[in-house]
Amino acid sequence: MSLGKILAKRIGYGLILLIAVVVLNFTLITIAPGDVADSIAGDMGGADAEVLAEIRSRYGLDRPFAVQLGRYISSIAALDLGYSYFYNAPVTELILQRLPATLLLVFSSQILAIAVGLLLGVMAARKPNSFTNLIVTFLSLFGFAAPVFWTGILLIILFVAIWPVFPVGGMMSASLIDAPWYEQWINIAYHLVLPMVTLASIYLALYSRLTRASMQEVLGSDYVRTARAKGLAENKVFYKHALKNSLGPLVTVAGLQFSAVISGAVVVEAVFSWPGLGTLALQSILARDTPTIMGILFLSSLVVIVVNILTDMILRMIDPRIRAD
Amino acid sequence: MSEINTQIKDVTNIQATSSLREMTTMFFRNYAAVAGLILLITILLFVFAGPWLHTTDPFEMVWAPFTMPMQEGFILGTDYLGRDILSAMMAGGQVSLAIGLAAALVSVTIGVSVGAFAGYYGGLVEELLMRFTEFFQVLPTLLFSMVIVALFGASLLTVTLAIGVVSWTAVARVTRSEFLRIREMEYVAAARSGSARDLYLIFKVILPNALPPIVVQANLMVGSAILFEAALSFLGLSDPNVMSWGQVIGSNRPYILDAGFAVAIPGFAIFLTVLAISLVGDGLNDALNPKLRQR
Repeated sequence: MSLGKILAKRIGYGLILLIAVVVLNFTLITIAPGDVADSIAGDMGGADAEVLAEIRSRYGLDRPFAVQLGRYISSIAALDLGYSYFYNAPVTELILQRLPATLLLVFSSQILAIAVGLLLGVMAARKPNSFTNLIVTFLSLFGFAAPVFWTGILLIILFVAIWPVFPVGGMMSASLIDAPWYEQWINIAYHLVLPMVTLASIYLALYSRLTRASMQEVLGSDYVRTARAKGLAENKVFYKHALKNSLGPLVTVAGLQFSAVISGAVVVEAVFSWPGLGTLALQSILARDTPTIMGILFLSSLVVIVVNILTDMILRMIDPRIRAD
Repeated sequence: MSEINTQIKDVTNIQATSSLREMTTMFFRNYAAVAGLILLITILLFVFAGPWLHTTDPFEMVWAPFTMPMQEGFILGTDYLGRDILSAMMAGGQVSLAIGLAAALVSVTIGVSVGAFAGYYGGLVEELLMRFTEFFQVLPTLLFSMVIVALFGASLLTVTLAIGVVSWTAVARVTRSEFLRIREMEYVAAARSGSARDLYLIFKVILPNALPPIVVQANLMVGSAILFEAALSFLGLSDPNVMSWGQVIGSNRPYILDAGFAVAIPGFAIFLTVLAISLVGDGLNDALNPKLRQR
C-alpha cells in the first residue's frame, strides 16, 4: 500500500473515532443530573417550571436525544462548537484564543524532553558505569513518582524566594501590551521557561530511559558487530548505525504519550496560571459551562488523533520495514 | 472430562508454586526492590497504625495557622486553618492509598476482561475490542475524568470510577498480547480437547499463566492512580469532606509563598509512596521475567 493510501485510511478512521468521541461526550452530558436550563435558572436565582420549559425549548433541550445529537454533530461539522452561556462568546472563538498558548507549552516541553532525553540516554548507553547512567536511573524514578504539580510548586518556591530570575505566573507582562512584537515574544519565552521545564520533567525521565534501553539493545545486535568488525570508527558506528535505529521506539512512545501530555499540561497551566486550554477547561468545568467543556474535549481529541497519524507517518518514513506492509 | 480438568489444574498449580519460590528469591536479591518494599511497609504502618499513637483530629483547629514544622510540638507544623499536618498526613494517606488501590482494581478488571476476550477469541471480537481500547487512548485522560467528576459530583466513588475508567488501556494491551501467546500453547490445546468451556479456558487455564506481566502492570497502576487522584484534588475536583494527600496540597496551595511546607510535605509523601511502589514493581518485573534480567 502506498503512503498516500495509508494516510487516507488513517484519516478516515480518525474521523470515525472523532464522531465516537462526540457521541460519548454528548451521552455523558445528557445522562448527568442537571442541564443547561437548571444552571441558567440557578444564575437567575431560581425559576418555576414554566420558565424552565421555555429555556429548554429555546435551546432545543426538549427534543429527542437523537435529534439533539444530530444537530450537535452537524454544527460541529460546520466548525461551530456552540455558544458559551458562561463567557458569552462562541466556543470556537474561545478555544482558538487559548489553543496557541497550550500548543506552545506542549510542543516546547516535548522538544526539550526529547532533546535532553536523547542526549542523556545516548551518553548513558555509551558508558554504562558512568555518572550519567546513574543520573538517568534517578531521573527515571523521579519523573514517574513526583506529582507534576508538586514539581511545579517546588520550582515556584525556588524561583520566588531563593533565586528570582524567572516569572512564576502568566504568559506575558501586562505592561507590554503595546510593545513591539519581538519584545513581547522575548517576554513570553521568559514566562515559558518554568512551565516548560515542569512539564518536560515527566517525559525527560521516560525518554532518557527509553533511549538508553533501545541503544543498549541495538548496540548488541549483529549489524553493529559487523560495522565494528569492518573497522568503522566507533563514533560512526554509534551515531550513524546505532542511534538512527533506536529512534523508532522514541517516536512511537512520544506519539502514544501525547494524550497524557495534554493531561499534564492541564495541571501545569493551573500551577503557573498559563492562559491555555487547560485553564479554560478547569474554569468551564467548575462553572458547568457544558458547550465549552464539550468543545475542549472534542478539540483535544482531535489534536491527539492528528498527532497519532503524524507519528505513524513519521515512523513509516524513517523505517522502511514498516513501510513495506 | 472432570478428570482431565483436575489434571490440567494440577499442572498449572505446579508451575505457579515452583515459580513463586524462585520469584521470591529473585525478588529479595534485588536491593532496590527490597528497599522499596521496606519503604512501602513503613508508609503503610505510618498511615494505618500512626493514628493510634497520634490521636489529634485532622479536621480540628489546634493552633495558629502556618506553625512551622518542629515548633510548638507540631512535628510537621499546621496548615492554613491551624490543623495538625501530621494527623492530616495519616488520615489523608489512608484515603489516597485506598483510592489508588480501588481505582487500580477497577482498571485492572476492565483491562483484563477486554484484553482476555480480545486475545482469546481473535477475529472480529478482537478487532472491535481493540478499536474500543484505541478510542479510550485518544480521550485526554485527565480532562475526561475531570468532566466525569464534575458532572456526577465529587465523591470517593465517582473519583475512583473516573480514574479507573480512563486508565485501563495499558492493562488491556498487555493482557491481550499474553493471551495471544498462551492460547497457542499445548496445555491450552489439551484442555480444549477435553471440551472445556471458553470461560473455563479463559479464567482458569490461560489467565493464571498470563498473570506475571498483568501483576506488574497492576502494581504500576496503583502508583499512577494515586498521582491521578492527587492531580484531581489539586484542581479542586475531589470530595471536600474527605481528606487526602492531594486535598491537603490543593487547599494549602494559595499560601505556598507563606508556608511552602504545607504543600511540600504531602507532595513528598506522594512521591515516596509512588517511588516505593515503582521500585517494588521493577523488582517484580525482574523476578517474573528472568530472561529480561539476564540481558
